[in-house]
Amino acid sequence: MERSSALIGLIFLLISISCLINPISAAASGSGEGYSIAGRVKLDNFVTKGFGLGHSPKLSETKVILNGGQRTTFVRPDGYFSFHDVPAGTHLIEVSSISYLFSPVRVDISARNPGKIQAALTENRRALNELVLEPMKDEQYYEIREPFSMLSLVKSPMGLMIGFMVLVMFVFPKMMDGVDPEEMRQAQEQMREHGIPSISNLVAGRS
Amino acid sequence: MEARFLLGFLLLLSLSSFAFAIYEDQVGLADWHKRYIGKVKHAVFHTQKTGRRRVVVSTEENAIASLDLRTGDILWRHVLGKNDAVDQIGLSLGKYVLTLSSQGSVLRAWNLPDGQMVWETDLQISNPSNSFLHVLGNVKSGRDSLSLVCNGGSIRAVSSIDGLVVWKKDLSVDGLKLKHVFQPPESDTIYAIGFIDSSLIALYHINAKTGELLKHATQASSVDLSSEISAISSDSLVALDTSRSNLLLIKFMAGTITNHKLPLSDIVQDFSGLAELIPTKSNDIFVVKTPSNVAFIKVKGDNEIELIGKADEAGIVSDSLILSEEEQAFAVVHHSNNAISFQVRINGREALTEGIKIEDHRGHVKRVFLNNYVRTDKSHGFRALIVMEDESLLLMQQGEVVWSREDGLASISDAVVAELPVEKEGGVSVVEVEHTLLEWLKGHMLKLKGTLMLSTPDDMAAIQAMHLKSTERNKMTRDHNGFRKLIIVLTQSGKVYALHTGDGRIVWAHLLTPLLQSESCPSPSVLTLRNWRVPHRKALQENPSILLVGRCGAGPESHGFLFIVDSYSGKVLETQILDHSIAEVVPLPLADSSEQKLHLVIDDKLNAHLYPRGSDALEVFVREMANMYYYKVENAKEVIKGYAFKKGCSTGSSAYCFGTRELWSVVFPSDSERIVATARRKINEVVHTQAKIMTNQDVMYKYISKNILFVATVSPKAAGGIGSAAPDEAWLVAYLIDTVTGRILHRVTHQGAQGPVHAVVSENWVVYHYFNLRAHRYEMTVIEIYDQSRADNKDVMKLVLGKHNLTAPITSYSRPEIATKSQSYFFTHSVKAIAVTTTARGITSKQILIGTIGDQVLALDKWYLDPRQTANPSQEEKEEGIIPLTDTLPIIPQSYVTHTRQVGDLRGIMSFPANLESTTHVFSYGIDLFYTRIAPSRTYDSLTDEFSYVLLLITVVVLIVAILVTWAMSQKKDLQEKWR
Repeated sequence: MERSSALIGLIFLLISISCLINPISAAASGSGEGYSIAGRVKLDNFVTKGFGLGHSPKLSETKVILNGGQRTTFVRPDGYFSFHDVPAGTHLIEVSSISYLFSPVRVDISARNPGKIQAALTENRRALNELVLEPMKDEQYYEIREPFSMLSLVKSPMGLMIGFMVLVMFVFPKMMDGVDPEEMRQAQEQMREHGIPSISNLVAGRS
Repeated sequence: MEARFLLGFLLLLSLSSFAFAIYEDQVGLADWHKRYIGKVKHAVFHTQKTGRRRVVVSTEENAIASLDLRTGDILWRHVLGKNDAVDQIGLSLGKYVLTLSSQGSVLRAWNLPDGQMVWETDLQISNPSNSFLHVLGNVKSGRDSLSLVCNGGSIRAVSSIDGLVVWKKDLSVDGLKLKHVFQPPESDTIYAIGFIDSSLIALYHINAKTGELLKHATQASSVDLSSEISAISSDSLVALDTSRSNLLLIKFMAGTITNHKLPLSDIVQDFSGLAELIPTKSNDIFVVKTPSNVAFIKVKGDNEIELIGKADEAGIVSDSLILSEEEQAFAVVHHSNNAISFQVRINGREALTEGIKIEDHRGHVKRVFLNNYVRTDKSHGFRALIVMEDESLLLMQQGEVVWSREDGLASISDAVVAELPVEKEGGVSVVEVEHTLLEWLKGHMLKLKGTLMLSTPDDMAAIQAMHLKSTERNKMTRDHNGFRKLIIVLTQSGKVYALHTGDGRIVWAHLLTPLLQSESCPSPSVLTLRNWRVPHRKALQENPSILLVGRCGAGPESHGFLFIVDSYSGKVLETQILDHSIAEVVPLPLADSSEQKLHLVIDDKLNAHLYPRGSDALEVFVREMANMYYYKVENAKEVIKGYAFKKGCSTGSSAYCFGTRELWSVVFPSDSERIVATARRKINEVVHTQAKIMTNQDVMYKYISKNILFVATVSPKAAGGIGSAAPDEAWLVAYLIDTVTGRILHRVTHQGAQGPVHAVVSENWVVYHYFNLRAHRYEMTVIEIYDQSRADNKDVMKLVLGKHNLTAPITSYSRPEIATKSQSYFFTHSVKAIAVTTTARGITSKQILIGTIGDQVLALDKWYLDPRQTANPSQEEKEEGIIPLTDTLPIIPQSYVTHTRQVGDLRGIMSFPANLESTTHVFSYGIDLFYTRIAPSRTYDSLTDEFSYVLLLITVVVLIVAILVTWAMSQKKDLQEKWR
């Protein structure tokens, strides 16, 4: 858990740096009563798994969704997308992608100040200067199989059984060696007399 | 104390590892995923010599897809938004697919090979209406080509390369509807023809490069024009008048228009009824379809026309296909019994007739798309894509069905689960056992190699293949664990399919509505399906069956019908056209002597009709009638009403008809609240324990009632989508209502919240998802309900002395004191559907199944939504497994049950129990289907597939060897002792 949060932190840092480097304007133009929201989905920092050259096949599956399904658009090869004729108000943009997790974005289109658009990530309330959407992290849907190690074998129930047996075999005799031979003999004699001490005997002996 | 500590420890253990997570090589072991496209409405073939032959289709489900013409596999597919219906598709430059959608306002281009969207243009059309797309063949500025989109009286020319609007021309004539665009070969002028208010014909000459209007002319028409036209040559077209019995031949030579009226009865003898024009491309030939036949008509010289071919019995006619300058072909398809006759007519002459046998569960032919190919001897061969009544898609070539796709499954409207037959007793031969044992050992050796990371890629592939073709999971019999079942689904077209949970194959399929089609039942449509008889003690020998209920017409007052279908074979056992209408079907928790479940069909006059009709069913119902209640949510009136049943109904004197009596009503103030969502517990949900032990040894009793109804209302201003309301004018009120008494158990208002609301009720809790406008994030709230009246049963002395009320029956008549606890969390995604896991005995902890906006299904453990969470849980709470309160629900990618799959246009999630307590089936459907089995608390009652038997064997062997060795050693030591 801690490691993943550290990772997310690192990613945010990367995103914020890339935002400074790549200024892309979030366009807003009035046409009739509606406005246009234009933005970009950027995966540049995330080509980690080597999807190959050119536009990755993943981008073609990326959808951008306005207000929980009111409108849906797709991302162009260069990552740009746009919604037209959007009324003034506060809207929500979500990016649906199978490979990455995106934070939804709150987009405010000002009615008083036509064309002014403000955007902020809703997950961490970070304001965006430009509507550049970057993934928060890539999705790992599968549990990673841990490579074979002696430790995991030892930790398994069977391993524990073997381990315990080895302990009994080799360590107990050593402990026995430490016991005073006199006492040992005494104990053995006692055992011969009473048979194997039962639990009730032990309890009785203690009280 | 120890036990509790252990429990806490176990919980923590399970917390640290995800309850549901699979390794990549386990994909396909328990799950399957099927992709569909839906009912095809347009198809464009792309059959160039080079490259793959494919067909691009758009469907009623707003999907566009490219299919491999050889196999019918989906090469790529995109599902557009809900309000983004495709109007037309076309190909441009040989490499782009153009789609015009949203009533002609959005034009998109998709890369043909891989389906990547290349560009998207919003055409900014002020009043979207019927519009059409025309890809210009030969206006080339550089390498570009233009596509024209005509909408009403405006034309936009869009560049095919980048989607920029090169020019736009608004002809600004009131009532003008452009109908067709012509472009004479080798010319830069395009002719646009339109009708003004169905009485004037208008012609415009436009420069194709600049959009400049060169010339225009109008002429009054001699008849009232309908919207159907057919272009027959570069300077003439045929239109149909509004009475659909006269043709108008329009010619526009050199800027002048002439029109000529031709009554259809002059051309086609025995013409009657309404005619239909089939769109054609050129060659002076057009096709008129009348109710009784299809006529092929040729225009000769000035205003003279001739019937050149006629196909008797009206069939389904394809659009025209141009073979050469001279020839154009049509396909005419007739359907009779279980065969279709496929006829290709070139210039009206019959060129090819083939009869093809077809399964009778596909119904009639609905659409046909024709395509040709050139054979080695240079003659034309034909193939056709046929859309059937059940929405399936067939490719026909050379008198055979090359492939078929069951695309009806893209529109599932309801689903139930049925059991498979019991395995018959029978001897298994020794050879078989030996063989399987060998196989089994081999498999486990391979698996061991896999675990020890010693396996080669070949071995890995072998393991995978072994998993997948394991015959065990695909058997047609019931298994001990309850993993093999039948999912019976109903689709929009009224077809019923039985799917096997092992691999999703179709066990049987039936289109039932044609069985009914008659005078008394003109347009049957199936509404819902229910389990009619489930295997039970008394009915083990009888096959389980399914009840299908539908109505004969479109209106709510039309007569209903019902089918009873055998769920093993799909055979119809009983058909009945009812003498009353159907508003709702209420399954009752009662069964008659032959284990048929009792159902009440409520009609539109609020009478209840009891099914099955039998004296013992009546007896059972009448005995329990006083305890039966019914409620009705009237969305339009913002009222919920509760009813009781009484003998004698208002419409007839049948003994099986009961009247209703209004008991209570909850009226929501319509000026401040609108009902947006209701939810209730599943009828067959099993609750294991009523008590919940708290950290301080305290006991809370869950308030478990089958009659809890969750209702969410929002303020009228917030009833629209997100972005339409301000936080101050939006609120959401959640109610918990007892449906027997109408008592409001709990009411909570969320200020600044709005819909869409998705809710799920289970045991004593409800979880609902909504949008919080203040934070501008989605939120999920959990409400848990506890019974306070039993709270003082904790005293042991009271229990011993019998002064407790634990054995008192729980009843909705009394007014129990209840206490509610609730907590809200942020949730990242929009939600499309929500459900909860159900297990056989209700012991396993619950997971909430959330269908997210990305068409994935997330399994979220219920303990993340626990009202007892605090920011700093005490040691005791930690031991109990209560996690610290966070403001956001975690989304762990490994807990997506759909892993890397997407269920396109997800609409529903269904969970049903297996016999094994730890495991539950999850079936989710949209355009795609996805099925898997999940274990919300891991498989604690069975060994997983991961369990290595070989490792166990080795351990045992090693242990035995070690015992023998130590025994030998001790003997030796003993001997040495004695010698000393």
